[in-house]
Amino acid sequence: MSVLETRNLGISFGGLQALQDVHFSINEGEIIGLIGPNGAGKTTVFNLLTDVYIPTDGVIELDGENIVGQKTYQITQNGIARTFQNIRLFKDISVIDNVKIAMNSQMKYSVLSGIFRFPAYRREEKEVSKRAHELLQVFHLDENAHDLARNLPYGQQRKLEIARALATNPKVLLLDEPAAGMNPTETMELMETIRLIRDKFQVAVLLIEHDMNFVMGICEHIVVLDYGKIIAEGNAEEIRNNPKVIAAYLGGE
Amino acid sequence: MSKSKKISYAITLVFVVLLYAVVALLISQGTINRYYGGIITMICINVILTVSLNLASGFLGQLVLGHAGFMSVGAYTAALFTIHSGLPVLVSFPIALLLAGLVAALFSVIIGIPALRLRGDYLAIITMGFGEIIRVLILALPFTGGARGLIGIPAVAPRKSGINANVLLFSYVFFLAVLTVYIIYSFIKSRHGRAVIAIREDEIAAEASGINTTYYKLLAFILAAFFAGIAGGLYAHHVGVLNPAKFDFNYSIEILVMVVLGGMGSITGSVISATVLTILPEALRQFSDYRMLVYSIILIIVMLFKPSGLLGQRELSIKKLVQRIFDTEKNTGKVKKEEG
Amino acid sequence: MDFLSQIINGLGIGSIYALVALGYSMVYGIVQLINFAHGDIIMVGAYVTYVVLVVAGAPLWVAILASILFCTFAGVLIERVAYRRLLNMNAPRISLLITAIGVSIFLENLSQLLFTSSGKSMPNLFPNQLLGLGEVQISSISLINISTSVILMVLLQILVNKTKIGKAMRATSEDADAAKLMGINTNTTIAFTFGIGSALAAVGAVLYCSAYPMITPYMGGMLGLKAFVAAVLGGIGSIPGAMLGGYLIGIAESLTKAAGGSQITDAVVFGILIIILLFKPAGLLGKNVQEKV
Repeated sequence: MSVLETRNLGISFGGLQALQDVHFSINEGEIIGLIGPNGAGKTTVFNLLTDVYIPTDGVIELDGENIVGQKTYQITQNGIARTFQNIRLFKDISVIDNVKIAMNSQMKYSVLSGIFRFPAYRREEKEVSKRAHELLQVFHLDENAHDLARNLPYGQQRKLEIARALATNPKVLLLDEPAAGMNPTETMELMETIRLIRDKFQVAVLLIEHDMNFVMGICEHIVVLDYGKIIAEGNAEEIRNNPKVIAAYLGGE
Repeated sequence: MSKSKKISYAITLVFVVLLYAVVALLISQGTINRYYGGIITMICINVILTVSLNLASGFLGQLVLGHAGFMSVGAYTAALFTIHSGLPVLVSFPIALLLAGLVAALFSVIIGIPALRLRGDYLAIITMGFGEIIRVLILALPFTGGARGLIGIPAVAPRKSGINANVLLFSYVFFLAVLTVYIIYSFIKSRHGRAVIAIREDEIAAEASGINTTYYKLLAFILAAFFAGIAGGLYAHHVGVLNPAKFDFNYSIEILVMVVLGGMGSITGSVISATVLTILPEALRQFSDYRMLVYSIILIIVMLFKPSGLLGQRELSIKKLVQRIFDTEKNTGKVKKEEG
Repeated sequence: MDFLSQIINGLGIGSIYALVALGYSMVYGIVQLINFAHGDIIMVGAYVTYVVLVVAGAPLWVAILASILFCTFAGVLIERVAYRRLLNMNAPRISLLITAIGVSIFLENLSQLLFTSSGKSMPNLFPNQLLGLGEVQISSISLINISTSVILMVLLQILVNKTKIGKAMRATSEDADAAKLMGINTNTTIAFTFGIGSALAAVGAVLYCSAYPMITPYMGGMLGLKAFVAAVLGGIGSIPGAMLGGYLIGIAESLTKAAGGSQITDAVVFGILIIILLFKPAGLLGKNVQEKV
């Protein structure tokens, strides 16, 4: 069953049509790759899905409900979480607080309860602390739980960003170039981690990536964008042999 | 709760109670005269102002250049209430303080809703404008006493009641300062505080993590204004005469300087710097001509060599101190055993 | 035609705000610093003019030139001593703001020490006559102010858009790190910007003295604040914006005073600012920049 679907999605900046007729759907627990040459509009798709930009045309349906017009934080609360191309962590606070912040909307206690430490505060804080540690364990970050996020090495910062996105309990996880800047071993590890979280958290994954081995190795379905339009769709084998895709990447006719 | 945490809470509590008892006793005996009593009162008021501004500027990361404006709203609200309510001052003053906070908070909502939607320095500029507008309006309005000042603000305890007004005023400012520190500290440690800090760190990432950034910005801003209003109410009844010139841009800046010097995002830093910077100008009084010159040079030098303020984002923590003492005890214990 | 006279009167005062606003705007555009010491540069300019003209008895043009040179030097010096270290270590902007405030307090108290806090009165700098154009009465001072500000703005536009250093300024304000990689000496460029801004403030100071011949150590405070408002109103970082903002503030003040509201002029000025920002956050001529995600 499809959890996220876009129809006729498009946006233009001034006169420039950056995306046109983008039409794809993601099923529950599916891993989909969004690829295309630089400037094809991949990150723009993410920005439309999360209300960073407002689409000029089309609909985005999450569980059958149109989310165009919802605010970014509402979209996150409703089930789409993302990471960023250039990591955006809360750098000057601890690793575990990065994760707890993303769990904020699942907590209920009031401002007064927080200030005067009512039982609701103690109960929920305990619960969230437990969940946050569990989540960090999945990413082998638990030992660094109380370090500042800025002191983590690059690869772990990428992982923490994914952990933070997962902490919002998403139905769909959007990963913007998760393997960028990683060495081959780290990339292999990351593929394992992504499969693991898909199984463990039952989340659909839509990812943008330039590393073709990574994309071909992990994605069950691949969507190719070029000049703001979808030029091909299919599994790894089909995409690899699609002449349009080859042309787009190699600049042929 | 861990043992060291419990011990540190106990130490803090004992320290606060002792400090209060000693100072209150000295004031009641007249050992601390009016002049020094006044400085102590101003320290407490400045602590409230600094800690609350730190919430908006240090933790939320929004520059506010009109904190004195909220203070003045509170000051005039409280003073007008105790003057005109007809209630005995022992009753009307606490109500007036609450009103002072609420009215200041109301103003912060009016300013905050439009200004906080935008990213960047808008809040700084708009609060600056607000502070100036309020000052000018106070000068022009018929019921505020204008430039001559608002007079006839009653002391916090009437003379015939037998209560020492100096001690009572000190009790008010002291416990409200403690309460402000406590409330803002535990707010910061709650989920709401984490959300506020997340906005300072990265607004876009916070929004993408499900944080309603407009709501939390407004919440922190309102809390900050509420306490500034209370500080104003206390100030009004401390000085007895309100002059709008006191609440100008320079006073807003003075509070901001206290926040930054103590450390943006450090509550203990704010308490220390509010205390030191209230005493410093008084201590430098004998050099009156050079006083502000020295002050400005210190300010520039501290910023150049310690741009994050004295404590940065760290807190002075009794808990850590306790842990350290316990650790050394353990260690010395070990050493002794080995020796034996 | 009293209304028209008030407008022109407002433009005359507005020209002073505009010249000072240019300094705020350029500095903010290049280093995102609200340079609170900028207002006090006007005061420095005014006192230099006073010393050279009245104390030393030199001719007016010498005094003006001395004022411009001294302020330029002071602006560059302040940038070097109080800001550069912080700029180069990428310190939080608020730390810069506090040093700027420190510099402002320093300048005000230094001049109070040197010249006492009571004001000094200036002689008439320019001939002050009322020129009648039909029914409209215009003071010669307004005309001098307006023409000076327009000429300087045109020169500044040429400097920023047509010269090499102007290009460096624009590049640095767009992206200082990238500019550095392209071989631009951003330190020099920033210092130059402070210098130019201060020189304009010095001219503003001279014009101010001719309109209000009383100078005090604290004259820069409110004047600077309003000039900053003008810069924000017009769109910070934009030269024509700063001019437009300055003129509008001047006109608003002049009309409020004429309508009998001299007590609340400052409130009107800040009120206009808030209203404009609510509808046009980037200011009248500013560009809206969205953060790239």
